[in-house]
Formats: sequence, structure tokens, C-alpha cells
Amino acid sequence: MQGSLIDTLARQGVTRRAFLKYCATLASMMALPPAAGRAMAEAMAAAKRPSVIWLPFQECTGCTESITRSHSPTIEGMIFDMISLDYQETLMAAAGHQAEAARLDAMQDNAGKYLLIVDGSVPLGLDGAYSCIGGRSNVEMLKEAAQGAAAIVAVGTCAAFGGIPKANPNPTGAVPVSDIVKDRPIVNIPGCPPIPVVMTGVLAHYLTFGSLPELDDKKRPKSFFGETIHDRCYRRPFYDQGKFARTFDDEGARQGWCLFELGCKGPVTHNACATVKWNGGTSWPVESGHGCLGCSEPDFWDGGGFYKALSVPADPLKFVAASSVVGAGVGAAVGFANRASKNAARSAHETTTLADLEK
Amino acid sequence: MNALQFLTWVRGPGLNIAIGIFMLGVLWRLLEIYSLGRRKDLSAPRRTAGASGLHTVFRRSLPAPGMLKYSPVSYTAGYLFHIGLVLIVFLFAPHILLIQNAIGLSWPGLPSRFVDMITVVTMAAMVAVLVDRINKAPKRFLSTFEDWFAWTVTFLPVLTGWLAVQHLLLPYPTMLALHILSVEILLIVLPFTKLFHAFTLFGSRWYNGQVNGHKGVPV
Repeated sequence: MQGSLIDTLARQGVTRRAFLKYCATLASMMALPPAAGRAMAEAMAAAKRPSVIWLPFQECTGCTESITRSHSPTIEGMIFDMISLDYQETLMAAAGHQAEAARLDAMQDNAGKYLLIVDGSVPLGLDGAYSCIGGRSNVEMLKEAAQGAAAIVAVGTCAAFGGIPKANPNPTGAVPVSDIVKDRPIVNIPGCPPIPVVMTGVLAHYLTFGSLPELDDKKRPKSFFGETIHDRCYRRPFYDQGKFARTFDDEGARQGWCLFELGCKGPVTHNACATVKWNGGTSWPVESGHGCLGCSEPDFWDGGGFYKALSVPADPLKFVAASSVVGAGVGAAVGFANRASKNAARSAHETTTLADLEK
Repeated sequence: MNALQFLTWVRGPGLNIAIGIFMLGVLWRLLEIYSLGRRKDLSAPRRTAGASGLHTVFRRSLPAPGMLKYSPVSYTAGYLFHIGLVLIVFLFAPHILLIQNAIGLSWPGLPSRFVDMITVVTMAAMVAVLVDRINKAPKRFLSTFEDWFAWTVTFLPVLTGWLAVQHLLLPYPTMLALHILSVEILLIVLPFTKLFHAFTLFGSRWYNGQVNGHKGVPV
């Protein structure tokens, strides 16, 4: 498929009007000014399909499921077709050596220009042997692919923050992409899985402006991760009134009251679920009666239990054993030092005799 | 950092650090104090009725003759706020839940309304001892920074906890976070200030009673 995006879309029966509408929606969702919608449409329509290489590491393919299934066959799914996805194990027709060759070709032909998408964490244990593709470790592949990448998009909580492979006790020594690649622009799109439109939105931004969107301190696009679930939650009024569900089947739960006491992590979770929702805007976790797990935040698996309210301490005795040992050690050391100085004082003590006084 | 991130920090890493430093400090100070030792008293003990370590532990809890009349605030308010603190810390239902959460032990608590009343009495008693300390010249002259500091770090957890429960002044999550933070400050400074008397009180009384009992003097 060659040529500009608008031609390709026209061939597939997408009207210019529908395309403009899509761009305007995307622009408004990313909190860009209204004029950006048109700029986006112009830039995207004229854009050549950039090469995208998608590397899957320690992952469950949930991110791929999310980006493909839930938005197919909407226009977002087609936009995704419009980039040149040169390597994606799950979606590509090629397999084995052919697939690896396609990846190497794309890296060579588009050196310095391709977009690298990574899902899954990177294991560092046993020299990376926990996860290999074509006999090569993930860490090796990532370093190689990152060298020629214009930018890296870490899709999913595993690639962004380590996710479930990094959960305590992290047997494979899993780390996020940003721990390994330091010299390339990285954008994190966390979520387990991430919201499809967030993934396509970042790609659209990149196609339009040739740069990555504005990021927060955790390298997440501010437009989607700027506010907490709690701040945009439709159950928020119940929280403010102090009306809480205390079990999953009590009167409060039936009335749709706030799930804070059932362990909802909405107040500390930055994501767009409350506004964008899932499955084409059908519903989202809190609307279905379950608290937010906080899946787009680092280490959400180790946050002290999904059903523990935020006001209950997560793991208060974490350092007690270590600090007790240190405390006892310091106490014993100071005790010995005190004894030593007492003994020194005793041995330095000179007895005064009558003869001394008569001197 | 918004209010709930603040709350997440104080109930997570903040509390871990505070409890860690608290345990470190308590073990350090206890070992240091009890390993000091004293030389064995070789004289024959003089047995007098009522002269022993155990007696002194109890006797020192009572006002010395005439002192109650001379310094009534110290005794009444002092007793009130110490008992109040123990009741609030160990018999308020959310506190018991927290302890159960941490170490698995639990016991029945007092009704919240009753604890609320105790809290108000405790705060009034603490303010009374503070005013007394300021008003009485000898007490004021004897007070150092540590005395004012110890009072403040003890008072703040009671005040912020009460305000949080009553939903006063600030939103609940913010006040709760401030309450937990004030408790963390108390936990951290307790082993290294005169607040450590919570641990050494009965040991030192026993020691004094023991030494004086050996000499045949009830104190």
C-alpha cells in the first residue's frame, strides 16, 4: 500500500467528512485547540506511512488484543492499518526467519525514522534468557532496535513500568523499557491493557506534529493521563456526600455509591477510563460495580491489595525486621563502647595516697 | 502532589519509614540503657517494709505528701491526658483495625462517641498542663525547647485525628493524611526525646526503688 493516507482511506470508502470528524474528536480528546483537528487532518492525510516496528517482550498480548479487537472495524483500526506495521508477531503473516528478516529490513531502510512500539517488560535475569525471540534475548533486541528509532512508545504497564512480571518478587528481573533505553524519546502508555484510543491518539499526534505529545513526570501523555479516575468519576458525588458501598452486595452497592471503601484506587490513578470508557464507550470498571485497580500506575500489583481501602496502611511493617536488627546492633555497639570507656576510666584512675597529699 | 497522593505516601512509604525508625530507636535506646550496668553493691541489704523496686513503681504514681495541693494541675490534668491517650490509641475501633491489619491481634473497642468525648477531655487536659507550664514561673524557667516540642508532637496527632473524625477544617483525606503524618513524626522522635519515658518509666522506678530498698530507704 503506497500513497497518502487520504487516498487509501478513500479507496476503502471512508469519506473526507468522516475522516475530519475523527481528527476533530481525537484533537478534542487530547485537549488540543479546535484548529488542531484540521491541522491533524491535513498532516495525516498527506502523511506517508511511517514504518512501525512492534516488539513484544514479557507480555500477555492483551495490549495487542486491546488495540486491534476492540476498535476493529472502526476508523481507528483503519488508521492503524495506514501506518506501515513492519513487524508485529501476532498480526503479521510472516513467521520464523522471514519475520525476523522483515524486522531487520525495516530497521535498515528506515534507520533513524521508524517508530518503535514495545509491549511487555524486559527480563534482565540470567542474561535475559527468560524471554528470547529467534534465539536472541529481549534486552539485546531492544537495544538494537532502539538505536535507529525516532521514538519509542512503551505500550502497556509492563513496558512502561514493569507490570506484573516486575511484581514482587520479580523472578525474571523484569524492568521497564525506560530502564534500558536512555537516549531516545520515550512515551509511556500504561494500562492493563491501555485504552485503544490512547494508543492511536499518540500515534496520530506523532503523525501530525512529528513529535510526541506533552508528557507528565512518568512520561505519560498529559492529555489522557492528566486527571485521576476519581476526579472524573460519575460516582464522585457519592464520595463527596460520604455515601459508600461497604460490600459488593449491600444497599450502597445497589445504589451505585462510591467504591472507595472497597479498595477503589481511582483517587490515585491517572487514566482516561472515566471519560473515554471501554468497548466503544459501553462501560468501564467502576460503572460495572468494581473499584479501579490502578492499572496505569507503577507497581499496582504491589499496592497492598485491590480490596484494601486507600486509608488502610499498605504494608506498615515492611522495614521492621531490618530496622530491629540495625537498632539492636547499634544499641549493642553503643553498649560496648560505653563499657570500654568505663573500663578505660577505671584503669586510668590513680589512687591518691597520704604521701601524695603531703608533697 | 494532590491530597490523595499525599495520603498514599503517608500510609505507604511514610508509615514504613516511621515504624522502621521507631523500632530501630527503641531497640537502640533500650539496649544502650540496660547494658550500662552498675557495680554490684557488696553491702548487706537492709530490709525495711515497703522498700523495694515494685513498691516504688506504684508509690511514684501517687502524689508525694502535699504535692497535690501545691500543683493540682500537674497531677489531675497529667493523669487525665495520659489515661486518655492510652484509651484513644488502643481502644478506638479504627486504631484496633490498623493494629489487626499490621500484626493480626485485635480486641473489642469503645464506642466512637465515647472515644470522641475522651479525646476532647484529653485535649483540654493537655492544654491545661501547657498553660500551667507557661503560668508557673519555676516550671517556665525549667522548660527547654524539648519540653515544648514534646508537647506539640503529642498534641498534634490527637488534634488532627479528632478533626478528621469530625470532618472539620479540611477535607477528610487531607486531614487523615495530616493525622497519619503527625503520628509518624511522633513515632520518629519518640525514641530520641524524653517521650521515651513511655518505655523507661517503670524500669527506672524499679531501679531507684531497688537501690534504695537495698539501703533500707522506702522512696
